[in-house]
Amino acid sequence: MRSSRFFGSGGVSCDDVAAALPAVVDGGEIADIEVQRHIAACLRCQAELVQYRKVLRTLHQLRTAVLEPNPGLLPGILASLEAAGERRAMHHLLNGRRVAYVGGIAAATAAGAAGAILATRARRRVRLAS
Amino acid sequence: MVIDSEEARLVAAAKAGDMSAFTALVEATQADVYTLAYRLTGNEDDARDVAQEAYLRAFKSLKRFRGDARFSTWMYRITANCASTQLSRRSKGRHEELSDDDNVLDERPESDPEIMAEAGVLRDRVTAALADLPPILRAVVVLRDVYDLPHDAIASELGITESAAKVRLHRARRKLRERLFPMPGEEKARAV
Ligand SMILES: [Zn+2]
Repeated sequence: MRSSRFFGSGGVSCDDVAAALPAVVDGGEIADIEVQRHIAACLRCQAELVQYRKVLRTLHQLRTAVLEPNPGLLPGILASLEAAGERRAMHHLLNGRRVAYVGGIAAATAAGAAGAILATRARRRVRLAS
Repeated sequence: MVIDSEEARLVAAAKAGDMSAFTALVEATQADVYTLAYRLTGNEDDARDVAQEAYLRAFKSLKRFRGDARFSTWMYRITANCASTQLSRRSKGRHEELSDDDNVLDERPESDPEIMAEAGVLRDRVTAALADLPPILRAVVVLRDVYDLPHDAIASELGITESAAKVRLHRARRKLRERLFPMPGEEKARAV
């Protein structure tokens, strides 16, 4: 653990502050007044707080580091959706309901349909995710 | 950036049964969903399975999507839930194997090499440190600190209480901080 144990006013130690920092670093919780006073007076705890901020900032930046999925991912997803869609269409037909999206898709094989969708989508690509 | 009205239009069309609208939503979000799945599971095979399962679930429950959140945020929640299921299934089978392999990261050439290199190094170190966390700690910190999901959403998708989610979040942050920026006196304690 810690070698130094600095007790500020109110008897709060560096260990007490260390236990509180992960919760308060993003403002998720408010440090109690004794902890705040300790941090204001303790360089060590200030340094630790700065490191937590750096960790959080870097984690936040990971949000934009998007991985490139294997090219097989999208066709795989679409094929499984096709299969689910066909089951649903079948269910609706058996229950005498109109199926809004048939348009020939459900008739094709799962893989073939996925390929067809891919080809159409490639022409008008939309980017929704930031 | 996102055109919210276009997303709303696609969601409405998909809800009305337009398969090509749902396909467009999948196309637009799949890289993000896969990335989250990879960060949660730590390997490509599981990430692919989780992403596929997540879209299937989304497709089946699209009627329940109220549109008061972004479609991508809704997908993140479903993905977290699927990953949680996958991880608990895995942990019963074999010892968790977590990948340190972050070379699949899409590292585009940076324009300001020195500054970007420094930021990139830290990002790689954080990625590696995340991968070494126990899965449940990793899940909570990824969902909260990378993807900004609220505590109650995280708790509900991972099947834990909100206070348990917070305890794990704080533990995860502490482990990451200790590993990335050990304070004097911590280096020996953490000897890997
Ligand atoms: Zn201190």
